[in-house]
Amino acid sequence: MNRSGLQGMVVAVVGALIVVSLLLLALGANPLEAFQLIYQGSFGSVSKLSATLLVWVPLVIAAASLVVTYSTGLWNIGVEGQIIMGAIFATWAARTVPGPGWFVIIVGIIVGIVGGMLWGLFAGVLKTYGGVNEIFGGLGLFFVAQGMTTYLVIGPWAREGVASTSGTDLFERDVWFPRLSYEGAPLEISWLSLVLAVASIVGVYYLMRGTIFGLKLKAIGNNMASSARLGIPSKRYMLGAFAVAGGLAGLAGVTQAMAFHHKLVPSISGGFGFLGILVVLLAGFRAAPVAPLALFFAALSVGASQLELRLELDSSVGGVIQGLIVLFVLLATGWQRRRSRLRHAGVGGEA
Amino acid sequence: MLEMLDVHKHFGPVRANDGVTMRVEEGTIHGLLGENGAGKSTLMKVLAGFISADSGEVFLGGEPLEVSNPKESVAAGIGLLHQDPLLCLPFSVLENFMLGRPSGMVLDPDTARVELEEMAQRFDFQFSADATARSLTVGERQQLEIMRLLSLGVRVLILDEPTTAISATQRALLFATLRKLADDGLMVIFVSHKLEEVEEICDRATVLRAGQVTGDVELPVPASELVSLMFGKNIVPEDRVDVAIGETVLEMRGVSAAERLVTLQDVSLQVGAGEVVGLAGLAGSGQRTMLRVCAGQRRPDVGTVLLHGEDITTESYNRHMDRGIHWLPADRLGEGLVTGLTITEHFALAGDTPQGFVVDWDGAAEEAHEKITHFSVKGTVKSTPESLSGGNQQRMLLAMMPDHVELLLMEHPTRGLDIESAEWVWHQILQRRADATAIVFSSADLDELLRYSDRILVFFSGRIIKELDSDDTDTEELGYLIGGKERA
Repeated sequence: MNRSGLQGMVVAVVGALIVVSLLLLALGANPLEAFQLIYQGSFGSVSKLSATLLVWVPLVIAAASLVVTYSTGLWNIGVEGQIIMGAIFATWAARTVPGPGWFVIIVGIIVGIVGGMLWGLFAGVLKTYGGVNEIFGGLGLFFVAQGMTTYLVIGPWAREGVASTSGTDLFERDVWFPRLSYEGAPLEISWLSLVLAVASIVGVYYLMRGTIFGLKLKAIGNNMASSARLGIPSKRYMLGAFAVAGGLAGLAGVTQAMAFHHKLVPSISGGFGFLGILVVLLAGFRAAPVAPLALFFAALSVGASQLELRLELDSSVGGVIQGLIVLFVLLATGWQRRRSRLRHAGVGGEA
Repeated sequence: MLEMLDVHKHFGPVRANDGVTMRVEEGTIHGLLGENGAGKSTLMKVLAGFISADSGEVFLGGEPLEVSNPKESVAAGIGLLHQDPLLCLPFSVLENFMLGRPSGMVLDPDTARVELEEMAQRFDFQFSADATARSLTVGERQQLEIMRLLSLGVRVLILDEPTTAISATQRALLFATLRKLADDGLMVIFVSHKLEEVEEICDRATVLRAGQVTGDVELPVPASELVSLMFGKNIVPEDRVDVAIGETVLEMRGVSAAERLVTLQDVSLQVGAGEVVGLAGLAGSGQRTMLRVCAGQRRPDVGTVLLHGEDITTESYNRHMDRGIHWLPADRLGEGLVTGLTITEHFALAGDTPQGFVVDWDGAAEEAHEKITHFSVKGTVKSTPESLSGGNQQRMLLAMMPDHVELLLMEHPTRGLDIESAEWVWHQILQRRADATAIVFSSADLDELLRYSDRILVFFSGRIIKELDSDDTDTEELGYLIGGKERA
């Protein structure tokens, strides 16, 4: 990030914090106390850190997925649906694939990735060959996926004798992702989830930074006509981007099903597809800042529940803070772009 | 009287208006003549408040005119009619007619309807006030827009290349209307690069060339005078080294391709190895379509394209590239270089470094460094194309060209470049002839066409109307031909 970009970011975060503080004051809470509670609620103890990481894992994987499509200039709003498909496929594996637990987990990861990939490619084909804007295609496919989960949960995969939307039966214990433990007590977070999350973001960083494939995606995202002149087939590479992004989103769905809920629930995607959009907007569509930003967002989400317990504020304040920060950063970058455009006004204009 | 005094407007290094002074009298149709890129549109956009000048003054009826946006400009009495007027398409004719009235006034459709009908009758326009704007032809949209601007009380009416997309009948009606308006005392500014039309309806004309006024004449004058004002004096081609022309590289047989504004019609030609063919013609006369067809960016509707006798008509663009066809478009940032990517990244994508899965950053950076040194690109390996000047962008495009090219297709290869850069670019291009490369390029610069081509093909409304040996012609003849006229 260049110097002025960093300055803008700092100004934006400070601005957002001031507005949030005013909001908290208006609600009758001490802002400092609230921020401290959020911090303690998310990082204050090992088990709280574990809870934060539990949110961080799907968020960082979903954001990694979004970096790929955004770099290609695609507004892949459909990640949420791709996460759901990953979870559905993983649930299928957990319920039906025979064999030892580790084997079922591996199969679950693979089919989950395939499920997300199919859903991503679906949006991609609609975009490249059907002329359907990826925003609408992705949104439509998200609703389809959501409907499909609800149908499965109350239909074919309903619990014995009950048809409720609370989810399917819990998976067999041996197909849950293996958990970490602390001082003899098991934590909620799984080491396998952490490995997959780190691998996802490092992999995307390397893909965009070090491979010809990533460079071509970036070229298409920057300037499709010029890329075509250089002989980069844009449709094929856009489909490639959708496949990679869909696969990653599917992986996020796998962790939701096999490492968090341990069953399929209607709201399996947890909104991480949409929250991931905020993270990559803040990250400027680059991979490197995604991991820390996602951690910050995860901490806000988890820590904000403390506000409810201790200050009798609604935990949705966490969401308000997240939204405000993103708005302020977008405002700051938009304002900077406008300023620099005014400075270079007319360059390259038609004479 | 409308006076524009010493108007300067620069776009980066490009001097679109370089001290332009122009005076328009009441009751006249005043032509603003010049080739593409001469600065006509910039000057009119300044006048109509779409852009602001770097310096200069404008007086309307002796009063200084200070406008910062089109709305203020209309309020001051200046209206610009676009080539394809920006109407609100789902609205009706009447609703569009009422748009842009000063706020605060109650919309009164009945009064407006009467006003519209009276005006239409006066100018012989045929309208249904309730038809949607979408159903109108471009010519009718212009008529509606003229009436709308008149109803807003404009005293100066600017028409920017109004005849490009309208029929001959509509053109006649438009000209009659303009005459009536001038007779009523309005100032009409008619912007065009078509000599014929300026001669036909203008009382006076100001001629621009490369951002400067080259003449302000009372019409009629001999057309040859206008041609020389527009295109400059005939420069004797410098000692061009002729290269023996080899066997046929490119052949087109009866190629037609329809585009939005112009249809390329029935083009047949052959270009030999080492030959340079220039395409002359007004913008949008089919040259670009022809180049894009040859480049494989657009398939022709009818006809065949052959490279070394092999039919390549239906092959993909990438296959054309593999066959050694190279395309250099005029829009260097829009479709030439990838904005946002560094020079090193460009070479990683399109350089000599073999492409595998992993980017060889060191190899790409080395190649980039070597090439920008060799092609004297003023920038670093980390520069992005948008930070380079037009000349350096063109150098960069040449630097990225493969070592061997069978057929080189270029659109306005030196547009916006200073003379020195232009010479350098052509030096590079002509060297390729020794490698038996066939070269086809389009240009709006007649001197450039005469100087570097072996043969010149003149386009007019999608057809090649004349083929000339560049040694047997001059700017004057070309000037006539691209305007659709034979030399008098």
